[in-house]
Amino acid sequence: MAGIIVDDRPYQVDERENLLQACLSLGFNLPYFCWHPALGSVGACRQCAVKQFRNEQDRQGHLVMACMTPAADGTRISIEDPEAKTFRASVIEWMMANHPHDCPVCDEGGECHLQDMTVMTGHAYRRFRFNKRTFRNQDLGPFITHEMNRCIQCYRCVRLYRDYAGGRDFDAFGSRNHVYFGRHEDGTLENEFSGNLVEVCPTGVFDDKTLMPHYTRKWDLQTAPSVCAHCSLGCNTIAGERYGTLRRILNRYHNEVNGYFLCDRGRFGYGFVNSEERIRRPKSRPSRDGQTIPIDKDMILRELGPLLADKPSRIIGIGSPRASLESNFALRELVGPERFSLGLSVRDAGLNSIILDILRRGPAPSASIHDVEQADAVLILGEDLINTAPRLALAVRQSARQQPMEIVDKLGIPRWHDAAVREAAHARFGPLFIAAPYSSWFADIATETYHAAPDDLARLGFVVAHELDQAAPTASTVNPTIGSLAKRIAAVLGQAERPLVISGTACKSEAVIQSAANVAWALCKTGTPAKLCYCLPESNSLGLAMLGGKSLEEAFSIVKNGAADTVLILENDLYRRADALSGDAFLKTASKVIILDTLEHDTTAKADVLLPAGTFAESDGTLVNNEGRAQRFYQVFPAEADIQESWRWIRDLAVASGHPAQPNMTAWNTLDDVVLALSEAIPVFRRLAEAAPPEKFRMIGQKIPRQTHRFTGRTSMHAPLLMHEPKPVKDPDSPLAFSMEGYLGQPPSPLITHYWAPGWNSVQALNKFQSEVGGPLRQENPGVRLIESFGKRTVTYFTDAPKPFQALDHGWLILPWYQIFGTDELSARASAMAERIPGPTLMLHPEDAATLRFKAGERTELMLGNRSHRVPVKLDAAVPRGTAALTIVSDFTDAVLPAWSPLIRVAEP
Amino acid sequence: MSSLRSHDRELITQHSALITMLSDVERAEIEEELLHYPDKQAGCVEALKVVQRHRGWVSDESLKSVAALLGMTSEELDSVATFYNLIFRKPVGRHVIFLCDSISCWVCGYDIMRKGLQNRLGISMGETTPDGRFTLLPIVCLGACDRAPTMMVDDDLHEDLTTEKVDRVLEQYP
Amino acid sequence: MERPLTHNIKPRAEPLWLAEYEKAGGYESVRKALRTMTPEEVQKLVTESTLRGRGGAGFPTGKKWSFVPMGADAPRPKYLVVNADEMEPGTFKDRLLLEGDPHQMIESMIVSAYAIQADVGYIFLRMEYGIAAARLRKAIKEARAKGYLGRNLLGSDFSFEIYLHTSAGRYICGEETALLNALEGKRAIPRAKPPFPQVVGLWGKPTIVQNVETLCNIPHIITHGVEWYRRLSRGKDGGTKIYGVSGNVKRPGAWELPMGTSIRELLEEHAGGMKDGFAFRGLLPGGASTAMLVEEHLDLPMDFESIPQGGSRMGTGTMIVLDDHTCPVGFAQNLEHFFAQESCGWCTPCWEGLSWTERILQSLEDGQGRMDEIDVLTMHTKLLAPGRTFCALAPGAMDPLQSLLKYCRADFERHIHEKRCPWRDEPNGADGARTWPVSSSMIVPTR
Ligand SMILES: Cc1cc2nc3c(=O)[nH]c(=O)nc-3n(C[C@H](O)[C@H](O)[C@H](O)COP(=O)(O)O)c2cc1C
Ligand code: SF4
Ligand code: FES
Repeated sequence: MAGIIVDDRPYQVDERENLLQACLSLGFNLPYFCWHPALGSVGACRQCAVKQFRNEQDRQGHLVMACMTPAADGTRISIEDPEAKTFRASVIEWMMANHPHDCPVCDEGGECHLQDMTVMTGHAYRRFRFNKRTFRNQDLGPFITHEMNRCIQCYRCVRLYRDYAGGRDFDAFGSRNHVYFGRHEDGTLENEFSGNLVEVCPTGVFDDKTLMPHYTRKWDLQTAPSVCAHCSLGCNTIAGERYGTLRRILNRYHNEVNGYFLCDRGRFGYGFVNSEERIRRPKSRPSRDGQTIPIDKDMILRELGPLLADKPSRIIGIGSPRASLESNFALRELVGPERFSLGLSVRDAGLNSIILDILRRGPAPSASIHDVEQADAVLILGEDLINTAPRLALAVRQSARQQPMEIVDKLGIPRWHDAAVREAAHARFGPLFIAAPYSSWFADIATETYHAAPDDLARLGFVVAHELDQAAPTASTVNPTIGSLAKRIAAVLGQAERPLVISGTACKSEAVIQSAANVAWALCKTGTPAKLCYCLPESNSLGLAMLGGKSLEEAFSIVKNGAADTVLILENDLYRRADALSGDAFLKTASKVIILDTLEHDTTAKADVLLPAGTFAESDGTLVNNEGRAQRFYQVFPAEADIQESWRWIRDLAVASGHPAQPNMTAWNTLDDVVLALSEAIPVFRRLAEAAPPEKFRMIGQKIPRQTHRFTGRTSMHAPLLMHEPKPVKDPDSPLAFSMEGYLGQPPSPLITHYWAPGWNSVQALNKFQSEVGGPLRQENPGVRLIESFGKRTVTYFTDAPKPFQALDHGWLILPWYQIFGTDELSARASAMAERIPGPTLMLHPEDAATLRFKAGERTELMLGNRSHRVPVKLDAAVPRGTAALTIVSDFTDAVLPAWSPLIRVAEP
Repeated sequence: MSSLRSHDRELITQHSALITMLSDVERAEIEEELLHYPDKQAGCVEALKVVQRHRGWVSDESLKSVAALLGMTSEELDSVATFYNLIFRKPVGRHVIFLCDSISCWVCGYDIMRKGLQNRLGISMGETTPDGRFTLLPIVCLGACDRAPTMMVDDDLHEDLTTEKVDRVLEQYP
Repeated sequence: MERPLTHNIKPRAEPLWLAEYEKAGGYESVRKALRTMTPEEVQKLVTESTLRGRGGAGFPTGKKWSFVPMGADAPRPKYLVVNADEMEPGTFKDRLLLEGDPHQMIESMIVSAYAIQADVGYIFLRMEYGIAAARLRKAIKEARAKGYLGRNLLGSDFSFEIYLHTSAGRYICGEETALLNALEGKRAIPRAKPPFPQVVGLWGKPTIVQNVETLCNIPHIITHGVEWYRRLSRGKDGGTKIYGVSGNVKRPGAWELPMGTSIRELLEEHAGGMKDGFAFRGLLPGGASTAMLVEEHLDLPMDFESIPQGGSRMGTGTMIVLDDHTCPVGFAQNLEHFFAQESCGWCTPCWEGLSWTERILQSLEDGQGRMDEIDVLTMHTKLLAPGRTFCALAPGAMDPLQSLLKYCRADFERHIHEKRCPWRDEPNGADGARTWPVSSSMIVPTR
């Protein structure tokens, strides 16, 4: 800590910070633009000027930029000094010279950092009387708008896009007061994190294009804390609604998880909530070949009740890794653990539970995204992060900066001094080894990459582990290339202070997952505190594994054997989980197929009854992310008519059946009831209730409003129908209210519905919610980690290293090639995504293609799960020989992959 | 090339096609410059100038070719190119007249020279004559302040200008 | 009078090539330093010589070198960079040295590199200096062939290479940290200091950036010693200085003279006084970014210590004279136009403040000035002070403006009252933005 004096009063601050950060942390309102807590200082905008005094005698002082000045012990500054204030107002005056006065029609209006800072500095009257400069805007693709005239040249966008996220198709052009930020020519911004420009840009240059067709001012949005539904990382979001449609997603800061940034799938994939294909009413299908017809809610419950009551033992429940813990648990309670299936194949369920087992057993603890950023040596085994866990890829990019920081520290350059840090570290990256079947651009910073079939990746892992600890089993017949690569990896990981191993389910290989554990464990055993990070397929994959249940195959055979005939499917499209033939057979054999879901899909097309479930935006629930952190998402807006949480449907079904087996369930009225039952029923969920405050929680007796303080937009929303405001809908499940009324101060962190503080209307208001700027939120971070591996325990290594991969003469091992845009079931159905989703493609090694006489662009026929498909072929030398990578988009799923298939060239005109 | 998006390997093929759009001489001259630096990007301004020397200006196409050769994206290269005053991203005439508009020349008759040139060529500053012979540009101090006013035509410095001298000088540039 | 720096230079003649240059005592300092002195001894000599940088800031050269990490575990490679960007309006001294005696430049670099144990040297030359480029290339080639460059110079274990980098036109490249970015093939935006280039410079490695003229002093200091060197000067700082005078004087030119020669001597003796019919109003002593001095300051010696007494800086030592036939507002407009155009676009006070200043001055010239905008100008001269902008470009731009407002205020006001420029019959019609053919499909200027 350092003692500093601000306007003659003493304060204690963190001496590793700069004065701007320190002052903001102390609660001072000091304006800034170019500085960003995650991007550091560069001193470009000159907005944060304060007066610094050499000592007590110095009355004159001199202006310094707070963001470029260390918060050293004994520093004396004044924020209120008239000269400093004048200078800060002048900086705004300069910025405003060319800035359009288009606030009323600007998309950023009302949540604009420039507006806030303008008011804060007190600049009010325009003296600049000359023509303003104008720019032509670019079409930057489906996600981001471009309005260059609003630019104030703070350079945050390039620093985020290029320096932080590694994008190379965006830059600054020109000079003087004519700097242009954009692309060389019109075109879609390629980088997977482009959406963060929306929040990083302090004005309205870059905005959310998906918001524009249904644009709404910030203050007219109803917002709630949410958790991203599109991968297993569980990034925290704020989702906003108006008039019953979801309008946009913003980042919700979580120090341990996503920090300041989201990936574009998470930010722009929300459109499925508003989809035409939503199931909005209960429907039944009188005849299996016929159409569904809408049916009254009570009627369908009356019809289903007796069915469930009569033969409780003949029902099978199929859960889902994309449904909340509560909904899955409700289903499990309804049908009984014996007849609860996870809705996953034996193989997929097995992969998830191996991961769970590894994380529980320890000794290597699971890494949060924040831990990943801090890692100083990383081995990735089998994952293509940018596509399977995008936000993690961004974190790994930051981890690669850790080792070069040693040079920076040695030179005495403070870490926040971003420009100097980057110059001193000059293009050096810390160790990052990527071993995966194929590569993505993200490998640009890798120390070494190794492309091989899953079995060979696992073998590499085993050999690395063995290099680290001779007691760890190795693989047989290791070729020298792998042997020496393994030695290099082992040497680097072994010397690191915070090594990390990342793996996951992408290869669909137990051995890969196990070999990653062996590496981390070998490190732990030899005294290096390694962490492990596994990527799972979906938002609640790990939670579902914790819950436990039968595989889909078991469910299929129970029905096939006639031991059950009624199927209740929770938010799951079985055709994504199993091959089409078994799916067809199962759905056909069952006499009653009841599906609870949000969108129509191949399985709902075969349902007898469809019940409309709420999406993440219309329900509350808990998801367990890949590190084992249970996080609560909240209903953003009251669902329309019959839509409700799946667990409520199941409760209703239980009530309708007069459920004899689970009398407790019928008494579930609120989410807290379900959470309580779950935490009592299954020990691993013991602490589940800690993830978020209970419904009864109040701030000074008040609920926390989801709407901003009174604004006419909302109060007059129903005016054409009814003059007085309708009574707000009650929220029985959370301490949040669908209202403008309620507690106006800062709620506990899991309940933050939006960032706002007096004078701070933009997302930058977040500063006021952190215990120190850039640090954890005030009052602990939301969520609770359900698995912690404590202390050092004995290590029992996995022993089964696979044999080397053998290519076949006439068959190729088809591997799944996941896509950030397109693979995830829900986001793929957001209209904004359409343009970014690639067409189905098979990627082949050029030499393999040559043996097949394939040329790029030609189509091939391949056989998967007894069905034949035709896809165009692309060539990529990074694809391992003997394998081929199939994009998991549109009709393609990874259900039966990896699989061997012949490749037959399709002669086409 | 490592950071190109690998699923667009065609890009690489495209890039090689781009590189071959540069002439052998251009490529050789660029490679020569690159020997002076530890990384390719450092040679990018010199590389652009090589192309400009041969083609008069740097078209989008040439820019992309040079970028491909240096392993840069077009954004990265254009970002640098548009920063510098003397990298021409638009076509210029056969000869470029750079008239010094800095302080000493301004004091010593820049305005007269400018008007003279504009009248004679029938163009304003920044424009090219319809026959494509001359482009007229201002330039900052040419470091010949003691011989003001001055101008540079292509690579040649002309000092102690008078309207008559300007006329004579222009004749040397067909 | 000794003229060590320009001794070999004959006006409008070919420079001395290697053989003649050696005959004239060339490369003696390299032999002496490499064979008889340690790098530390060379550094010590330079420190004692009181040589100060000739690029504008006047920083003591020896002191600058002392920050370079030395010894076996110093980061390698280390770099020596010659700042030959010379784009400061009114400055024409480095070109003289580069064109006139290229081998002197090479020799200077070798001994200086030896002193800081640099491995590679770059000459950062502005693009327009084509003759200098050709001569330097030839000199480098000759020197390399003769073993003055390359591995193990003169059989010592010191190795050194020199490369010529020609830029593409941008005043800010002369700012030493922006220059480093330019050399790295980036946009020439200045870097924040600290860390200083001596520690974190080119590609993150220790780097010394030095002006052409500064370096050219070094061989002579080594060959003739500190005593001799200090005696060359009339003032506290050692050596000679290349002074220049431009504007409407009888004999504009550049001369190597003892450091501390008075302004009056330069103006009246060497430049021959004002041209007939022109009266003296003031002068910028050292380039466009120095504050104007007037009659009362003429007896100040031109050195780093004395010029500040008149409220200005010695700068590059090449002065620009303002006469009574020249409009002081137009003079200011021309200067601010230059600075606004050359702003790199990084920090707000500069990229917007300078442009605003220029436009106000232009409107004064066009007869559309307003009194309250004189205050806006004054405000800028106060706000764009050192430390408040990212680099010294903007403060440098304000120095002349501030002094012109001080000494020629009445002229500014006359423009407003008469609604025209009293020095012109017609609006000057200067082209607002410099219309460079840079890629601007996306940048559509409105004026
Ligand atoms: C905007 C700006 C332009 C400059 N241009 C030059 C220049 O063209 N040549 C030069 O030698 N120094 C120039 N300088 C000064 C350099 O930054 C630096 O101080 C100098 O090269 C150091 O060399 P010296 O110590 O030998 O003078 C410039 C400084 C600024 C702020
Ligand atoms: S003062 Fe600022 S904008 Fe101007 S040249 Fe220096 S860094 Fe660039
Ligand atoms: S925030 Fe400090 S200079 Fe921009």
